[in-house]
Amino acid sequence: MNPRLSHRLLITGLVLLVMLTFLLSLFSGPASFGVWESLRALMSDDAGSIALIMHEIRLPRALLGLMVGFTLGLSGAVLQGYLRNPLAEPGLIGVSASASLGAVLALYTGLSVLFPLALPLAALAAAVVSVLVVQFLAGASGSFVTIILAGVAVSTFATAMTSLVLNLSPNPYAALEIMFWMLGSLEDRSFEHVLLAAPAMILGWVMLLGVGRGLDALALGRDTAASMGVNLRQVQFLAIFGTAASVGAATSVTGSIGFVGLVVPHLLRPLTRSLPSRLLLASGLGGAALILAADVLVRLVAPERGLKLGVVTAVIGAPFFLALVWRSRRQMI
Amino acid sequence: MMCMPHLLRSLKSGRFVLVAAVLGLVSTPAFSQPRRVVSLNVCTDQLAMLVAEPGQLLSVSHLAADPAVSALAEAARAYRLNYGSAEEVFMMKPDLVLAGSYTTRSTVNLLRGLGVTVEEFPPASSLDDIPRDIRRMGQVLQRETQAEALAGKFEAELAALEALPPTGMSAAFYYANSYTAGGGTLVDAIVAAAGMTNAAQWIGLSGTAYLPLESLILAGPDVVVLGDHAYEKPALAQANFAHPALADFINSRRSVSVPPRMTICGGPVTLEAARILRAVAEGDKGT
Repeated sequence: MNPRLSHRLLITGLVLLVMLTFLLSLFSGPASFGVWESLRALMSDDAGSIALIMHEIRLPRALLGLMVGFTLGLSGAVLQGYLRNPLAEPGLIGVSASASLGAVLALYTGLSVLFPLALPLAALAAAVVSVLVVQFLAGASGSFVTIILAGVAVSTFATAMTSLVLNLSPNPYAALEIMFWMLGSLEDRSFEHVLLAAPAMILGWVMLLGVGRGLDALALGRDTAASMGVNLRQVQFLAIFGTAASVGAATSVTGSIGFVGLVVPHLLRPLTRSLPSRLLLASGLGGAALILAADVLVRLVAPERGLKLGVVTAVIGAPFFLALVWRSRRQMI
Repeated sequence: MMCMPHLLRSLKSGRFVLVAAVLGLVSTPAFSQPRRVVSLNVCTDQLAMLVAEPGQLLSVSHLAADPAVSALAEAARAYRLNYGSAEEVFMMKPDLVLAGSYTTRSTVNLLRGLGVTVEEFPPASSLDDIPRDIRRMGQVLQRETQAEALAGKFEAELAALEALPPTGMSAAFYYANSYTAGGGTLVDAIVAAAGMTNAAQWIGLSGTAYLPLESLILAGPDVVVLGDHAYEKPALAQANFAHPALADFINSRRSVSVPPRMTICGGPVTLEAARILRAVAEGDKGT
């Protein structure tokens, strides 16, 4: 088949999948009413309880799921291409954990009450620092093992500091909220969260989608890419700050959700003929569909238990990760 | 001067102590009053503070001094505050330890192993439990007269409240982390004493249960009772109070804030919670 046509087909299929999971997300929740009723309430302007639930609870939740999923899938694809490392992912290299730390510092000190934008900005700043640290530790070549080791170190440290900040908070509830920051949740998020996170997330997407060409060239090696006239500094800037902005903003309102950025690019890579630029949009859409589906599962499996989103993505992601490690180990031998 | 029925009642309860001591039901020796009492539970703390004679109660838990959960926080500052570890409590050389029956199992077992007398109080789950617990506290501290006065006053106030006609309104409690109190809880009994029905109970919840915001809105209670804004620093647990959907929902009905210190433990202050609810149901739109 014509590669361009098959790419269009893939994107169309993924868009349909995202729409389907988005609708499923709108229709699932603890308050039970029919699909038709939900749709009518969603379209209407009245102030009935069902309209209130649809407008103020389910719609922002589904929108945020879509945006966060898109962020994670897209940034995973960019990081894997940029670091030329199949294990690169915002969760594994410590970006998510660091963004959590930044958000926790802003939230529990009361700073974000005075200045709401402090929440995504602090998460973004911490995310930038973490990527720079990982890159510095791993060195220019960015070998397979060093990046992951550096990521584990940064991630562990950031999680421990998050726990420390929560323990030191005078609010007795804070200590229990480490779960949210480590595993992520879309529970009872509102449009305030959507609006808070949207600007930085969208800015990040624009930057990340802009590196497609650069990544294609980079796949041939750094020197080849440079000789082809690719501005490597610019690619680096866009990849790092795009990831930090979008993942930072996403994490500041939903906590860190693991494995999505790892699994989705791997699943879709064979369908994009391994061209990094083709993978970006596809991976973002795949991530959105995965998060939306996981969020539906969270509400179906144990609605009364406040199950965390990261639990479901880890159940899907961890075996996949193990298989990946197994395969790469065989390659190394 | 003591009135007749009162005298009779305290005589009866006194006789009960004697009989119970002979049968081994009450572990405190009936004739030597405990003089170094340490309480480990925020509920026994408050009962003991109300009933004990000056100097009898040595230490209360640190929670007793936290105004968010304790109705007697001011008074608690006069006592030594303990953090409930067996070592710390044992070093105070108590002759009686008061504990809740659920929370501090390992500490209680350890203290009993060390030969300390421990009296356990189950948490109050109905309003009738409250005078019963007050009287029992009077027995273990050998302060029956004081306890009887408190319990009798409580019963009279409760009877007065229950004599009022039902309001025909429903209420739902909405706590931090989207928790509510369903059937079989003290809060459920408070709602009933206020002449109202508990919406969380008729949607099938019992005990302390998770009530998603969606379900609260769909249940549509007449009065939404919010608890626990008490902490100055923010936490996600209280983010549910700031949700726009809750704000919109409350706009169209009555809401009131009942401080958790009135409902966490059963005590004289518990009836205050019922009176607040009653006032909201009868009066104009609440705060």
